[in-house]
Amino acid sequence: MSLWGGERDGESRRKGAGGGGDAAGAPPEKPWLIDFLYALRRRGLDVVPNEWFAFLGALEKGVAAESLTGFYYVARATLVKTEAKYDLFDLAFAEFFRNLKPPPEIAEAVEAWLAAGAPFDLPLPESLADYQGLDLEELIRKFEETLAKQNEQHDGGSKWVGTRGTSPYGRDGVHPGGIRVGGAGGGRMAVKIAQRRLFRDYRSDRTLDVRQVRVALRRLRDLVREGAADELDLDETIDETCKNAGEIELVWQRPRKNRVRLILMMDVGGSMDPYARLVERLFSAANAEKHWRHFESLYFHNCVYNRVWKDGRFREEIQTPRLIADHDGDTKLVIVGDACMAWSELFSANGSVDWYESSGEPGALVLRRLADHFRRAVWLNPMPKMAWGHPTVSAIGDMIPMFELTLDGITEAVAALRRAG
Amino acid sequence: MSANETPFDQFRGTDEYIADPALLAAVNASIALGRPLLVKGEPGTGKTVLARHIAAALGKTLITWNVKSTSKAREGLYEYDVVQRLNDARFDDRDVADIRSYIRWGPLGRAFRSDEQVILLIDEIDKADIEFPNDLLQELDEMKFDVVETGDQVEAKHRPIVLITSNSEKELPDAFLRRCVFHYIAFPERSLMSAIINVHFPSIEKTLLEATLYRFYWLRGLEELRKKPSTSELLDWIAVLIRGGIDVEAIKAELPFLGALVKQERDVENVEVRLRGRGGMM
Repeated sequence: MSLWGGERDGESRRKGAGGGGDAAGAPPEKPWLIDFLYALRRRGLDVVPNEWFAFLGALEKGVAAESLTGFYYVARATLVKTEAKYDLFDLAFAEFFRNLKPPPEIAEAVEAWLAAGAPFDLPLPESLADYQGLDLEELIRKFEETLAKQNEQHDGGSKWVGTRGTSPYGRDGVHPGGIRVGGAGGGRMAVKIAQRRLFRDYRSDRTLDVRQVRVALRRLRDLVREGAADELDLDETIDETCKNAGEIELVWQRPRKNRVRLILMMDVGGSMDPYARLVERLFSAANAEKHWRHFESLYFHNCVYNRVWKDGRFREEIQTPRLIADHDGDTKLVIVGDACMAWSELFSANGSVDWYESSGEPGALVLRRLADHFRRAVWLNPMPKMAWGHPTVSAIGDMIPMFELTLDGITEAVAALRRAG
Repeated sequence: MSANETPFDQFRGTDEYIADPALLAAVNASIALGRPLLVKGEPGTGKTVLARHIAAALGKTLITWNVKSTSKAREGLYEYDVVQRLNDARFDDRDVADIRSYIRWGPLGRAFRSDEQVILLIDEIDKADIEFPNDLLQELDEMKFDVVETGDQVEAKHRPIVLITSNSEKELPDAFLRRCVFHYIAFPERSLMSAIINVHFPSIEKTLLEATLYRFYWLRGLEELRKKPSTSELLDWIAVLIRGGIDVEAIKAELPFLGALVKQERDVENVEVRLRGRGGMM
């Protein structure tokens, strides 16, 4: 019986249930397999029927080579379409197959035998053949049987429970779908691979990398025809040539260019210091987008007052009213900051923490002006949403739509900027 | 059913191409299902090379379509050279009534029309416009398309094995992703990397290998680097080191030929700052 044909527990086997194949000719489906689908969906992997049938088709064609490791890889390749969700898949997979572990008391008993190691030899493929295609449940049963017969430590070999052998039981061994007993899992059992969660760093709701930010920002575009006319306008060329009695008359047009203008303002120093590196990366991503018609990055400290700076060390300044005067209201404004400050820093006339920054106007008023002028403005906050309880955060959020500084948040912010446009 | 009686051509990697089991499973699932395989990963993880090795291993011809930022989906099918025809219409030496002689087949068109199954590589699909992958959906699904100008239908004689690579410059549309088999090539871990180096430099000394690996992963670990060195840069670096006959001790103490690994001026400065500090000691 194949691994995929077998039921996951004894009860369903007694019931003898065997889901019928679908019209498209997918293999007969067993109840636990469909459970696996829903385990994935529960974890937030939106697998659709089309993908599920592809997965079943691949199993039927033998791509998984009848091993749980193969099953893991084939399922991931057909059901998960972004590395950002590999981690969710690993979690779901490990969770679902967790109950296939051997009972703990057996594991403990065997642990002692497994402590010692022996030189590692790769097994011949033939010796693996005996164990291929074993049902997992059957595997556990045989494991217990073998254990019952065995009464000494065993390393190498192909039958007994021990280390580095080819029998499906034991540790550091080589078997396509074996049961691992303790240890660090050099034997690459599928669940173990899932449990390593190598792709944790690729999740889109947790991390941000320059490339991803660039991808998200690239959606900000607004193409118009401008510049030198160096693109052949075929339709016009044909029209004009016809009018010209067949003598070719070439007509040129101006190429399409992105006309988006963007100003990025970043909070540096003070409470933002822990996020400085993250913001720096965002900056480098944005700066790489040279196709924007205009891009400018500016810095401020704590809150935007009457001036902002062109560099992070506050050397070259630009007056905020000047900024408003110089830029069209269509320019998109992205502010990055935690929006977290003392109440007075936002609302009192000389609220700036910077002694020389006594403008006589509260930060809130300056922000209001910016929001009124730049109709497409968003605020990106590096703090997680649940930490936005601070009063100045909600006060600023009321003026300028606020999003989390995560990939998902930036994507939403870009969508908001586009909507407003 | 055992692995050696599978009803499709199986890819098992080649002597020069080291693939991990996850990638093999994805390639074989794609071949078995006749669905395109989308391979994503950092630049320099061997995405494009993979197609060449699948073609070599299965003994099939490779047709490559290098996607550019200006590429249109239709160019992959065919182009109707209307300007040429218009030009020819002024002279008498060609039969301009025969539209078919002005149809130029694109890579997809050639793959469909081929008399034997081919491997079609659509390289760096993310370079093109966001709509580009969606425009190809139907053709890749049904493996046929119409030539509007002549009314002909081109149907694949043999479903090509389609490999698509992406550097994640842009997101790909959902509908497109649903139809693909997907694999993400993670950056190789140390053990895989030393296997890769051994393939390229079979006679490399163990001490040199270890010293370069140490340096390479140390560099990749520096957060301030804007562009992390990739496999191909490491291989270049090792080639330079071997040619230059650099002493292993020198690699431990400093970073000779840093330019082979780090290309941006600012990154070079950053690395030098780190080397002067404690972080650079081995």
